[in-house]
Parts: sequence; structure tokens; C-alpha cells
Amino acid sequence: MSSDLINRRAAKPHTSMFLRMLMRAAVLRRGRAASALLAMVVAAAVATAMLNLYVDVQAKLRKEFRNYGANIVVVAKDDKALPADALSKVQSAIAGHGFAVPFAYIVARTSDGQPVVVAGTNLDQVRKLDSWWSVTSWPNASQDALVGTRAAAVVSPQGKPFDLSFQLRAIHLNPAGILRTGASEDSRVYLSLQDFESWTGVQPSTIEIAASGSSDEIDSLVQKLSQSLPATEVRPIRQIMEGEARVLGKTRATLAAAAALIIATAALCVLSTLIGWVFDRRRDFAIMKALGASEGLISGFFAAEAAALGAVGALVGFGVGVGVAAWIGRVNFHAPVVPRFNVLPIVFVGSIAVALISAVLPIFLLRRVQPAMILRGE
Amino acid sequence: MFGRLVYESFRRQKRRKLLAGIAITLGVGVATAMIAVATDIGDKISRELRSYGANLIVTPQEDTLDVQIDGVDLKPPSDGAYLNEADLPRIRGTFWHHNIVGFAPMLPVSVAANGADAKNLTLLGTYFSKHLKFGKEDFTTGVRLTHPWWKVQGAWPDDNSTDVLLGESLASKLGRKAGDEIMIAGQSHRVAGILSTGGAEDNQIVAPLALAQQILGKPGAVRRLYVSALTKPEDALARRDPKSMNPEMFDRWYCSPYVASIAYQLQEAIPHSHAEQIRQIAQNEGTVLSRIKGLMLLVTLAALFASALAVSAAMATAIFERRSEVGLMKALGAGNISVAALFFAEALLLALIGGVLGFAGGALLARQIGRSIFDSQITIEPVLFPVILAIAVIVTFAGSAMAIRRAVKFDPVYALRGEA
Repeated sequence: MSSDLINRRAAKPHTSMFLRMLMRAAVLRRGRAASALLAMVVAAAVATAMLNLYVDVQAKLRKEFRNYGANIVVVAKDDKALPADALSKVQSAIAGHGFAVPFAYIVARTSDGQPVVVAGTNLDQVRKLDSWWSVTSWPNASQDALVGTRAAAVVSPQGKPFDLSFQLRAIHLNPAGILRTGASEDSRVYLSLQDFESWTGVQPSTIEIAASGSSDEIDSLVQKLSQSLPATEVRPIRQIMEGEARVLGKTRATLAAAAALIIATAALCVLSTLIGWVFDRRRDFAIMKALGASEGLISGFFAAEAAALGAVGALVGFGVGVGVAAWIGRVNFHAPVVPRFNVLPIVFVGSIAVALISAVLPIFLLRRVQPAMILRGE
Repeated sequence: MFGRLVYESFRRQKRRKLLAGIAITLGVGVATAMIAVATDIGDKISRELRSYGANLIVTPQEDTLDVQIDGVDLKPPSDGAYLNEADLPRIRGTFWHHNIVGFAPMLPVSVAANGADAKNLTLLGTYFSKHLKFGKEDFTTGVRLTHPWWKVQGAWPDDNSTDVLLGESLASKLGRKAGDEIMIAGQSHRVAGILSTGGAEDNQIVAPLALAQQILGKPGAVRRLYVSALTKPEDALARRDPKSMNPEMFDRWYCSPYVASIAYQLQEAIPHSHAEQIRQIAQNEGTVLSRIKGLMLLVTLAALFASALAVSAAMATAIFERRSEVGLMKALGAGNISVAALFFAEALLLALIGGVLGFAGGALLARQIGRSIFDSQITIEPVLFPVILAIAVIVTFAGSAMAIRRAVKFDPVYALRGEA
């Protein structure tokens, strides 16, 4: 049994001693090793959190920017109605990455002959698309209308039911809610599409689309839509797209600058802790040298130690960092930041590189010193 | 003796002091830069958000209903009331005029263009980049400020000329390009450029306001006024009805740059007008702004944490290396308190030097970030200086405390024998 062990060790003397020294160095100087590991973990965690945030913030902010409403609009050419299958085509093209809302418009007359724009749409979806609409109460019954605040002053000043007529056909509507947007919607009356079509027979002429994705994805969606709907004009809403691109770009650039600063600080923290740790063990270094270890072996030993520390620190730190990023996501965006595993190799390699630099630097400085001087404590 | 000890410690251990000093300087620098950026980011982003265009609209008080579908005005231009162009410069006299980035009046009129094309076209009169005067103040305003997504191929017309812009789709329909002539309402006008907006203007003619007024035959008439203003996100006070406030609360509301209070002041400045926030822009601005501000706040906390850790680590290492010195002092009869006092005095000195240098470096860094990302200065509040210095001292002390405690407790015999 024991001769087995001796034989095995004799076969690979270097490896076995090497591993034992590594293990003992970690166990015997627990306090210092733990503080070095802690620094490593914290640095890796901060780096992971920042990189994760940087990668994910675009998606998070895009979601916020979709509150600005539609970013693509499909309009029928030359005042005709859209083809009947337009909405289903649009919906299959966006395939879950956003949604589309049809709008139909006419100019109706009030009972005293004033013109007023009446729009028919899917009110449930408009509520999702145009979240900034301030509405007293959303209509839910047939013949209920959502009346813009300026239109209300004309058609129904006391909030009483009113009549509208379009091409000699009249409709009796009940003002269920008042709409306030500060834009042209204030002068309109909104109906559900069913009420609108059974009254006027007019089909939707506009589809507003809130599509999520990068500007390239939206450009390709616009291309795809204009190919599948040749009789229409598909255009991105530049006001919304450009504002979004600008703010997003600036935010990401600021975050990148912050991430670079923070990661540099964390690396500095690791560097100073590890250099102190290795420098502190110059007596080990001197004894090894006095016992005849080659410089390469000593450097290899400290480098292996640092690499192990870096690897363990990076893995633990990655876990902690993902947690921190998720927490920031939940606090600020009310949705956790999804862990990005493509960040792991960067953090892993970076941690080991910083650890190696901070282990090899003091060795390089100690190389010129005679072991005897270190052992004498000078 | 104490002073000499500190002095000699700095004189003889230049390398170690330098390392700890560098760590503190870098830590403080990063913290300063991040705090400066985070405090200013709200301002910077709200300026960037102005690229979404106007967030306020001013209309005549007694106006008839808008008859507008897909951006095309169907209301006869003769209908309804108008604002008076002469009142517009008074916007610069309102309380929050520094927050008003720009304004652009609009006057749509129907015209028959090009003779052959009998179809009625819309000509939109507006300011492009007009020089105006209010009191002694000169300023420029117009769609180039309020509608930054409008792009022109060719040149923007001069506001005092009779040159026009043609919408992209209209230009290709009429076969006109920049530099051509076009007949509008019986007169020939030069097409200065082709306008692309992605909206209804692509099918319209856009001209200086004076030309639209002349075609309509109503000098000084303005249909709508778009105002782009920097505002503060809504809070509980902003959502209250100003009519229900007591005078003190009303003053506070009036003197805050809420979109509602700016609308109120616009209404005061322009007679017979009704100002309203454009909710699509105004409401979402607040959400986006608060999200980005929250994000930067959390990131700044992370930066503070990382730099505090870096400073602590550097201090701990520096003190740990001096155990034999502690042993010697204690062997010569120094008490725990005087040893700790020496280390704290050194830490204080390091923190002050590193703090001042770090603050200066961080301020430069913040300026650089501001210039390269936002093309504008990030201002550093002077009040930040004592705060940063205090943080530097506290973090340095906290970082040293553990190491000092351990150094003081260490048995002098072991320390002197060099056994760690």
C-alpha cells in the first residue's frame, strides 16, 4: 500500500510535490488566501454585473421606448382602404415581436353640421399601444365612444349621448370616456371597429405597428412589409426611431465608460491585494531558492497558484455578478437582467490574466535579491 | 516626536506610500467622475430626449375642431381662430425661458401648385431658423430645433426669402429637385431643398411663415405653435390641479419646470391661447429619464463600492507589511493607542493628498466623458469637493481599521523574529 504510494510519487516527483505545495499554501495561510480570493471574487462579480448590464440595457431600454407607441405605419395609397388581408399579413410578419393596430377614419357631421373626425379601431390594443392616452374610462359596450376632450366640447358638452351622421347614415353614441393626448386625437371620436364598420362600411386605412428590436431589425421588417403589401406605403416613424437611437446610444456610451472605470478599479484592487500576498511570502520564495529550485519552477509555482485563484474567483464572482445584475434589473426596470453566458469567458480570462500579472510582477522584482538576504529579514 | 515619526515614515517608505497613494487617488478619481456623471446625466439625457421634438402645443383658445387625418389637415384654412405671430417672442419672457429649447409656429394653407396639377396641396408655413428679438435678447428658433428629425437634401431656405422645401414624395411626383423652380399660387418660387420627415410633410410644401400668411391673406396669423421645453418628470405636486392649491403651493408649482406649469406660463405669455402638453412625448420622457437616472445611480453605487474596496485593499496591504515596525515600537514601550494613532495619522494624510489629486483627476475624467459622449460640459458642483474628501477619509480609515487592529494585536516577539 505505502510502497504503492512511494512508487507513484517516485514516478512523478515534480507534479505531486507541486500540487502539495499549492494545497498547503492555500490551507496554511487561510486568512491571506481568503482575502486574496475575496478581492478576486468581488472584482469578477463587479465586472460580470457591469458587462451583463451593458449587454442587456439596450433590450431593457427598448422596452421602455416602446411606450412612445408605434414606430412603423402602414398607410393605404391614394385614400383607398387597405387590402382585407393586410392586418393578418402584418401580424405574421412581426411574429410576436410587437403588435399592430388597425385604424379607419372618416369625417362625420354632428347634428348641427360641424365636421368631426371619427376613428374606428381596436380599443383594447390602442390602450396597449398608446399608453400615454389619458382616458377617464375606457368604453366596453357597443355604441360606446371615446371622445377627445376638444371634440367633446362640440358633440356632447354635457356628457349626454349624441348623434353623428355619415353619408346620410346616422349613429347614436354614448360618450363613455373622455380622451386627452394634447395632439390631434383630442379632436376625434373613437369607436370600436365593429361599430364603425357596421355604421360606415369603411375599412381600415392605416395600421400602426409597435415593433420591438434593433434599428436594423426594424429596417428589415419595413422592407419585408413593403414587399408583401405592394399596394400600401410602409414607413418607419422617424421621429420615434431617431430619438430612440440617440438616447439609447448616449446611455450605452455612458454605461460603457462607467463599466470601463469600474472594471479598472476592481482590477486594481485585485492587483494590490495579490501583490501584497506574494510579496509577503518572499521567505517561501527564498527557502525554495535556497533548496535549489530553479527560477522557472518558482515562477511556475506562483503562476499556477495565481491562475487557480483567478479561476475560482472568476467562477464564484460570475455567479454573484449575475445576481447583482438581476437585482439592478428588478429594482430599476422591474424585470431581471437575463444572465449572459457569453460574458463568462471574458471574465474568466480577464481574472486569470490579472491574477497572473500580479503574481509574476513581485517575483520579477525579487529575482535579483539573494535568498540569504530575504531569510535574514532584510 | 509623533510628527517626526509620521514625517520619517513618509520620507523613508516612499515606494509603499506611493502605491497606497496611487490606489486612493485612482479610487477617488473614479468615484468623483461617476458621481459627477450621475448627477448630471438627468440634464444631459433630458436634452437628448428633446430630439423627440416638441412636448407642448399652443393653439388659439376659441379654435374650431381640428379635422386632421394621418397628419393631413382637412379643415378649410379660413375656419377657426389664429394666434398672433407678434406675441411669439414673449415666450422668452416667461419664468422658465431658459428651459425652452425652441419653438416653431405652423400655418397650413391649401394651394394649387405647378398650374398643371389641379389637386390642392398643403403648404405649411413655419420658421426654419429665424432670428428674433425679445427686449435686448437675440435668439434663433424654428423647426431645426423643434423637429430635429427633419432632414433636408439641398439647403434650408432662408426665413426671409420666398424659397420653399418640397416634401420627398411630392417632389418625386412633381419631378422636382433642389434648385428647380415651382409655381405656387401663381408665383414662381425656388425649391431650396427636398425635405424628408417620415410623416405627412413628405407630401407637402414647407415654406417660410411669411409666405404662407401672404397666400392666406392674413398677416401675422399662426395656426399652432410647437414648443420644445426641458421639463422635470411629474411627481405628486405636478399631478395636482393648480386651481385647488393654496398660494404657497401654487408658487412652488409655478416655479418648478413641470410640463404643466410651463404650459400655464405659455398661456399667460400668449394672449387668447390654450397650451397643452403633447402627452406622447411629455409623459414618456419622464419614464425614460427616471429609468436612465436610476440605472446610473445604481452603477455609481457599484463604482463607489469598487473604489472603496480598492482603497481598503491597498491600505491593508501597506499596513500588513509593517508588522516588524509595530513590534519594534511596542518593544520600546509604545502603547496600542499611540501605534494606532500613528497609522491613522498616516492614513489621514494619504487620504487628503489622494483625495485632492483624485478629485482633480476625476473632474477631468468627467469633463472628458461629457465632451466625448454628450458634446457638452459636465459641470462639477463645488459642494462635491468636501463630500468627496470626507468619503476618501472615511473609506481610508475603514479600510485601514481592520489591518491596524491586527497589527496592534500582533505579539512584538513574533514580529521582531520575523515570523508571520
